[in-house]
Amino acid sequence: MSLPARIVTLLVAFAAVVAGAVFLVVNYIASSLPTVHYVASGGVVNVVLQEDPQNNDPSNPDWVSYYVQNPQTKQWVHTTLFSVPKHTRVNVTILGYDGCTPLRNNYWSQVQGTTGSTVTVQQFATVGKPIDSPTTTKMINSWSNCAVAHTFAIPSMHLFVPVPSPNTALFNKDACGVSPCTSGPHSQETFSFMSPDHAGYWRWQCFIPCGGGFLDGNGGPMQTIGYMTGEMEVSA
Amino acid sequence: MAIEIEPEKAQGPSGPVHAAPGNSKPWWARPAVHTGLIGAVIGYIIGHWLGNLISPATAGVSSFSTGLSDVRNWPLVLGYVFGTIGWLAGLGVFNDLGRLMLGKPLPDAEHAPAGGVAKYFRYTLDHKVVGIQYLFGMTTYFLTGGLFAMAIRTELLSPTYHVLNASQYLMVVGEHSTMMMMMMSSVVLGPFGQFFAPLMIGSKRMAFPRIEALAFWLTPAAYVILLSGILLGGFPTGWTGYEPLATQAGPGMDTYALAFGLMGISLILAGFNLIVTYINYRAPGMRWSRLPMFVWSMFTVSFLQVLSVPVLVAGLYMMLMDRTAQTAFFTNQLGGSSYLWEDVFWFFGHPEVYILALPGFGVVSEIIPVFTRKPLFGYRVAAAGMIGVSLLSFFVWQHHLFDSGINPDMRPLFMLTTELISIPTGFIYLVAAGTFWKAKITFSVPMLFAIAMYFNFLIGGVSGVFLSDVPADVTEHGSFFVMAHFHYTIMGGLIFAFMAGIYYWLPKMLGVKMNEKLGKWHFWTMFITFNSTFLPLFALGMMGMPRRVFEYQRNLQTLNDWVSISSYLLGVSLLIFLINLIMSTLVWRVKESGNPWRSRGLEWQVSSPPPPENFERVPVVLSHPYLYGVKDAPPVADLNPPVGVVASAYASAGLEA
Amino acid sequence: MAESQAPTAAAGKAEPNHAVRIASIWLVLAIVADLLIYFVWQPHLPPGRMSDNARGQQFDITVMAVLCAPVLLGVWTYFGYALVNWRRRAGDTEDGPPIEGNGKVQAAWITVTSLIVLSLAAFGTYELIVPAGAGGGEGPVPIWKPSGVVTTAAWTPGSTHTLVVQAIGQQWNWTYRFPQFGGMETTGLELPINTPVEFHVTSLDVIHSFWAYQLGVKADANPGVDNVAFVKPLQLGQFVVRCNELCGIWHGAMFDYGNVVTASQFQSWATSIQTKERANGTLAALPPYATTYDPTEISQLGQAWAKLGIVGAGGYYYPGPQTGTPGDPVSP
Repeated sequence: MSLPARIVTLLVAFAAVVAGAVFLVVNYIASSLPTVHYVASGGVVNVVLQEDPQNNDPSNPDWVSYYVQNPQTKQWVHTTLFSVPKHTRVNVTILGYDGCTPLRNNYWSQVQGTTGSTVTVQQFATVGKPIDSPTTTKMINSWSNCAVAHTFAIPSMHLFVPVPSPNTALFNKDACGVSPCTSGPHSQETFSFMSPDHAGYWRWQCFIPCGGGFLDGNGGPMQTIGYMTGEMEVSA
Repeated sequence: MAIEIEPEKAQGPSGPVHAAPGNSKPWWARPAVHTGLIGAVIGYIIGHWLGNLISPATAGVSSFSTGLSDVRNWPLVLGYVFGTIGWLAGLGVFNDLGRLMLGKPLPDAEHAPAGGVAKYFRYTLDHKVVGIQYLFGMTTYFLTGGLFAMAIRTELLSPTYHVLNASQYLMVVGEHSTMMMMMMSSVVLGPFGQFFAPLMIGSKRMAFPRIEALAFWLTPAAYVILLSGILLGGFPTGWTGYEPLATQAGPGMDTYALAFGLMGISLILAGFNLIVTYINYRAPGMRWSRLPMFVWSMFTVSFLQVLSVPVLVAGLYMMLMDRTAQTAFFTNQLGGSSYLWEDVFWFFGHPEVYILALPGFGVVSEIIPVFTRKPLFGYRVAAAGMIGVSLLSFFVWQHHLFDSGINPDMRPLFMLTTELISIPTGFIYLVAAGTFWKAKITFSVPMLFAIAMYFNFLIGGVSGVFLSDVPADVTEHGSFFVMAHFHYTIMGGLIFAFMAGIYYWLPKMLGVKMNEKLGKWHFWTMFITFNSTFLPLFALGMMGMPRRVFEYQRNLQTLNDWVSISSYLLGVSLLIFLINLIMSTLVWRVKESGNPWRSRGLEWQVSSPPPPENFERVPVVLSHPYLYGVKDAPPVADLNPPVGVVASAYASAGLEA
Repeated sequence: MAESQAPTAAAGKAEPNHAVRIASIWLVLAIVADLLIYFVWQPHLPPGRMSDNARGQQFDITVMAVLCAPVLLGVWTYFGYALVNWRRRAGDTEDGPPIEGNGKVQAAWITVTSLIVLSLAAFGTYELIVPAGAGGGEGPVPIWKPSGVVTTAAWTPGSTHTLVVQAIGQQWNWTYRFPQFGGMETTGLELPINTPVEFHVTSLDVIHSFWAYQLGVKADANPGVDNVAFVKPLQLGQFVVRCNELCGIWHGAMFDYGNVVTASQFQSWATSIQTKERANGTLAALPPYATTYDPTEISQLGQAWAKLGIVGAGGYYYPGPQTGTPGDPVSP
């Protein structure tokens, strides 16, 4: 080959490599999830999450998933990344729209790490229609009366919270089938904790084997950020 | 000895070369990479369709009653399998098979290396073309793996803040390690093994040229499949693929199993082709006692590949069955065993690390006599060392499982075998020490890399002794100490030897010289940054940092940052190499046709690059390749023996042997 | 440098005795290095001195270093000497001396390396067997146990009885069960000082590895397997527990801290948790203590599945063609 031909070949090969790299980077950016930022008002942060039996992402529509509520627009965002300020009281509300699954290790039925080591639970027939009054409890046994749908845990803070499932009869009748859920039988759980004193990322996850179709129920949504696990960013 | 009855006759890849009728077709109608890609796409579509057909019910089934693993693996796995077959078919791998079955004559002209670069993009049967294909292929794979390594180090700059999230980090770790451990298995055996196997033993050809070319063309398929794992979310297991995590993982895991499996098949094919070639195609007079050390290393490595890689391929097949057909080879609760995978994997995995180490020994043993101008000291010891290492490597695999609870009473035995393997490995240092004694050392670039290989591998080997001791291993196992250890043996050993080989042999392979000044810059930067990157990792491991973590103790940040910055500089050093390689081979092209190193090696006795059939006539080997400084030493071979002499030489050699 | 020019400058003179020169340089370096390693470095070598295993491993690492330093220095000294002294001079195109081998040198090398290697293997075996597995996982039936220890149904401070601790790996947290405290389960780990501890390591899902770094304990957690390791903490303080086997997305975050405390502190910590878990119902909700937790054998779990309305094959944690009532063990 002549010198110009060799140089042209080189440039074409170089362009191909660059194109491949750009493709991967674009793919990477497109796949990254939004973070919902919570800011303190009056020294308190109110985080609102919901758990759905399905999700609205076309790639894995049958995976169970968490949603995070944007505090300004009140829209449900399909992500599991949120940020809270450091050293602040965090009030968490979790709306549980998904049915129950027995825990693999029933030890996680115990509430740990919240203020007072308790959670407050109330059942709803649909949004705005409570069917009982709020009760405060230290433990929700997932084996004795299949009452737990998922758990919310930040293990490095020693925070472990079982999230109850909706009333079983109502759930079997008209469970929420379109995500993000805005109606249908659900449980509402509230609890509080103090956010850590220093900035950083804190993983949170679920201990219920809810990754159906995967060995031990721990694959798929359980190991995919944006579904049943995520990160709480503690900002300075 | 050679089985050819009349070795003087031409040994074209398929017997006598005919006239070239096949070249009449236009270039795009002849099978090459582009037809291969078309075949791959067609194959993938067929396989994907078939997979959907046999998958139970619809996509999107998720309930515990459907199985252990996501059933949506079927279309992907079959798509890749059929895609690979389509790729090979499009390349024309099966054409000759079809002709044979139809009773048609084989048109050799199609494979006869034409001029120009087109032959490098075809299913070419010339071992020299395959060697160069391997050279550029392996360099690409290596640099890709290196980019992933830098991504890992970027994430580890901070103990808590993350550039990559947890699953992206595991994806990058898996891609880096699998790319390096599987694709790099052929980094020396591919380019230099294939190119020089016949040249060094005085043969005109490989035993099975079609299998040789097939072995190479499987590697791009494996590379693409492995990289496609990125688009599928990667795989969380690293290169070891531990079960049952691999059964639990998402579709990226299938790319690991398929790519590793294809590469495994490639290794088996390449290995047994080399074994047959070395046994049967040595020129008259090329006794076992005159075999160059590099050939010994390729010979022993080939045995390791042929004997250990099938175990891996079988294991990967079981993994794929678990993931698609819902078998339970590796699920403890259903009668399988997670230990089974550990055993199967390491039964391959430990010979594998010697598959990576031995070629390095071969390259440096070949280079040091040339640049010390002395015979290789203790030739028999060197050969015995390689044979000893390869034999013992089959008896040490459980040292990867010292803390696993499997066969705890066997630990003293595996501690002993592991420590024994340092005896034959030590032979390589004895040979080097003897060869350097009162030598006349020239610090050429290949020699610098060879010396650095001895330096690095020594650190790697000595740290391996620490790991073999079970009590010490309780602290070191699975930590960065292990990671530093095997990077010293593989990168510090094999890759430095690979670099030595490139600078030493490129004039022979392409007839062009690598730029010496850039070469020295490359060497010194790579040697310093390599050590500066990997030496601190020993300390990090000892201080309690496990492998494959994206968060670590805050007090380890300074060392980690030092390592990360060094790794970027190491990347810069490899960039110098890349520039040198591309500019020297494609742009500057400083011709080098003779024997620049004044080597006695048989491969250096022919012109550079070697003529199409290596030797005009089959040479008669007259003496040992390392007789430097020996007064009145006979030439290494008679390249142009008179007609008829070879037959008698062959006969006498046969009698002697 | 002056040395390197000696041969050309003094062409007529006899060559220096290279072997003696190299050996003397090496001997000095090796002695200095070994003394430094043994007396200066040893107390700071990992994994520290917090337990009997840690001390044993520290000693092993020291012995290895003392043996390996002379080997490293020997090779470096030799090659350094060679590279300085035996370079090709400009214009010299002669080959070197044709030495193809030396039987004595080769025999000596093989003998010395074999002796080093065999003594290391013997040393390692002794150090493994005598301290009862040296902190590594020894499988379900450990063959090397600490001598003279007694395991009782309940553990009380002041006794020399073994404390049994089960470490359960699950994606992605360690929990611990204490069969001598009613089978209570915790996420934190406290251990009493000067007490033999028997770890039983198992997993609920994939392979994990229990690594208590400062204690010198490392044992893989396989599902359905009980992996035993022994340790005796000898110093108060904090230690880190990390998962040491890649176990999925949060492997890197699967770490926590434990503490070695006094026996009475441990007793009050353990009983307070036991009381709390009894009061809030956790203790009653846990399955009976067992060395492994095969979900198909835990009757409460099978009953929970049955309550979900999924019976038959689905009444089991793992899918498959099994038949029978939920809670029954899987028939092979």
